[in-house]
Amino acid sequence: MTVVEDRPATAGAPPPGRGNPLWALLRNSWRQLTSMRTALILLFLLAVAAVPGSIFPQRSVSRENVAEYFAAHPKLAPAIDRLFAFDVYASPWFAAIYLLLFTSLIGCVLPRLRDHVRALRTVPPDAPKRLDRLPQHAPGAERPEEPAAVAAEIAKTLRRRRWRTRLRETSDGWTVAAEKGYLKETGNLLFHFAMLAVLVGVGFGHWYGWHANRLLVEGADQGFCSAVTQFDESVLGPRVDASDLPDFCVRMTDFESTFQSSGVPKSFEATVEVSENGGDYRPDRFTVNDPLRLDGANINLIGQGYAPVLRYTDRYGASQTKVVPFLPGDLNMTSEGVVQFPDVNLDPATGERDPKLQMGFEGVFLPTGGTDGSATSKFPAADNPVLYIAAYRGDLGLDVGKPSSVYALNREQIADGDLKKISGERPYVLRPGEKWTLDDGSTLEFAGIRRFATISIRHDPTQFLMLIGAVLGLAGLMLSLFTHRRRVWFRVVPAENGSAIEAGGLPRTDYPGFGDEFAALTRHIKEGTP
Amino acid sequence: MAELSNQLMALTVLAYLAAMVCYAGEYAFGRRSHIGRAALVGAGAPVPELEKAPERDRGELVGRIGVALNLIALALHLATTVTRGVAAERMPWGNMYEYILSTALIGSAVWAGVLLRKPAVRHLGLFASLTLVVLLGAAALVAYTPVGPLVPALNSYWYVFHVSTIIISSGIFLVGVVPAAMFLIKNGWDTGKRGFPYTLGKRVGDAGTLERLTFRLHAFAFPLFTFGALIAGPLWAEASWGRYWGWDPKEVWAFISWIVYAAYLHARATPSVKRTTATWIAVIGFVTMLMNLFGVNLFFEGLHSYA
Repeated sequence: MTVVEDRPATAGAPPPGRGNPLWALLRNSWRQLTSMRTALILLFLLAVAAVPGSIFPQRSVSRENVAEYFAAHPKLAPAIDRLFAFDVYASPWFAAIYLLLFTSLIGCVLPRLRDHVRALRTVPPDAPKRLDRLPQHAPGAERPEEPAAVAAEIAKTLRRRRWRTRLRETSDGWTVAAEKGYLKETGNLLFHFAMLAVLVGVGFGHWYGWHANRLLVEGADQGFCSAVTQFDESVLGPRVDASDLPDFCVRMTDFESTFQSSGVPKSFEATVEVSENGGDYRPDRFTVNDPLRLDGANINLIGQGYAPVLRYTDRYGASQTKVVPFLPGDLNMTSEGVVQFPDVNLDPATGERDPKLQMGFEGVFLPTGGTDGSATSKFPAADNPVLYIAAYRGDLGLDVGKPSSVYALNREQIADGDLKKISGERPYVLRPGEKWTLDDGSTLEFAGIRRFATISIRHDPTQFLMLIGAVLGLAGLMLSLFTHRRRVWFRVVPAENGSAIEAGGLPRTDYPGFGDEFAALTRHIKEGTP
Repeated sequence: MAELSNQLMALTVLAYLAAMVCYAGEYAFGRRSHIGRAALVGAGAPVPELEKAPERDRGELVGRIGVALNLIALALHLATTVTRGVAAERMPWGNMYEYILSTALIGSAVWAGVLLRKPAVRHLGLFASLTLVVLLGAAALVAYTPVGPLVPALNSYWYVFHVSTIIISSGIFLVGVVPAAMFLIKNGWDTGKRGFPYTLGKRVGDAGTLERLTFRLHAFAFPLFTFGALIAGPLWAEASWGRYWGWDPKEVWAFISWIVYAAYLHARATPSVKRTTATWIAVIGFVTMLMNLFGVNLFFEGLHSYA
């Protein structure tokens, strides 16, 4: 991204002979790659390449949405999946663009860094012969003092104003050359190096970071400890081993939510107990914008919902209790879920399980049921909780070994008639504390409601460095945009009554305010004010 | 207070509309108006009639009334936004309606500032007020949301930094596209193009001035946008969602806009790239900003979907 593209050829360089053609090809390719034109094209390609990531669902954002897309477009999805449409930002073609861009960037900023260091150590060049040909020119101011004294005073004034100044004696008098605005290039380089640092930071964060999700239900019996097996989903960076995870355990003691009368949430707060590195449990809390920051991981509150507590007492009188999170589907938290009891109705004599007598229940939970009997919640708070539930008996199909959802019954088993609905067409209505007696005398009791929170657990070792990189980058950007490199020269020659001063100015970048600055500067010099 | 804000909103749109009519009037009947000339030629009137002083004064007067109405509209716009914030007891950018309201306010204020400092740009008023009427009309008709407190996800002090800087920078980008487009039109006119959009360039001021104004507006907005989208945004996302960057559709399009505007600044700083090419990049950047403001909210489902 060299700003000045057409550098004059070095004077006296030998004419290009027939060198090694391979070397010439490499050298020309490198020049092409590091040219501004290529950098601009790469920038555009990067912008265009990012677009599909907002059109197609991304695995890195939501695996469920990708699965939905596959279900909705069974022919298209696998085809575009081969082109990484669902992993745009991890795709080889996206990586190819940004790696080329950053190679081009390195190829540009390294020589510029060398040139800038050289420029910082070089004194401002001597005045051109004709100051009146410069974009800014102020002729003939007169001062009564000797030229040497006047020139020295001008140099002093300029130095006080932080110009890099050089005083030279010439055959007919003195010249003062001054230059200012080196910070422009310094800022520009700082910005580009900060961008490189941010890219490296993203890479390291990917290698050494990890993240996981978990659904955490209220209650001491529902807590978890940091282990891959206790997360619902986890992604470890390539350089992270399961044994590298920090040691902590969390259990939620309370979850509070408040809502506006329209049903829009007002606040959520999770109260938890945390034990780190095998220590005692201590109370803590976290909310939506205020994560729980632990040693080596942060826990963020992502979502919430209700988990009905259901107790099934089988035909032989044995009972089991399950706390089952129901997934909310709308703003008023109409939630769906299933509870499966595979190990019930065991023969008391043999202890053997009859696969035809497994029980499954499918239901809709409404935190606030209406009076119209419809299965949609009227309000997200648990003001009038109702459970609409249907019972199924038969083989739940859990033993086949196929992965199955814990939020839906096995549809194949129902279709094959191995799992039969034993309640009527309309679901049974249960309120907390109520009990439903089924045809075989077994009962399902709606024993209570607990809240659950969905949490994200994440560790990114480089994110603080990324912040520093971004802030430095912004500082560099502002320096490069709002400072200007410019030169001024003053020529002081003897005159009848002392000395005559001629001044010229050259803005080295597009700088509309230079005329005003130059006028103010020459006025000060003329009047001898500091 | 919420009622008052809604009534003020209606007045604001009417005032911008009135200003637009005045600007259009000056444009159509003003001295240098090519439309006015054509109309009179069509009506059989002798062309030199137009050069007479009273005719010039009338166009001038209508233009000045337009500016006054524009300033009144800006004051009403400010009052609408402030009363909205007071009614909701928070900053007025919690949903898409308020977001557009605030972005348009910044755009309008920057436009008014430019207008007062350089009265010569008044010809652009027609386009500036048209943009504002369309934006506010869309906000009131499509995106209107009753006053309410923030959803918990927005309840953070980053809400103030992240959204305000994005609103201000988007507002300036919004204004920046006006001189950019006028530069392209004027430049086309100057290089001898006489097709439809270029005929508008006949009455527009110096191309170089427009181009410099374009650059200064963009150079001012870009660091602000960088702070809002790439520093404050990720800081908030880290606290709220647990990751600083997650390729949410809004983040994707902010990234795209940033890249395109970065390309504009690079192209502008490169002597071998023509100024028209660079300015076209700024126009593309504006299109990506519009896509982020409307397209992403309407077409894609993401974490930034609050309203």
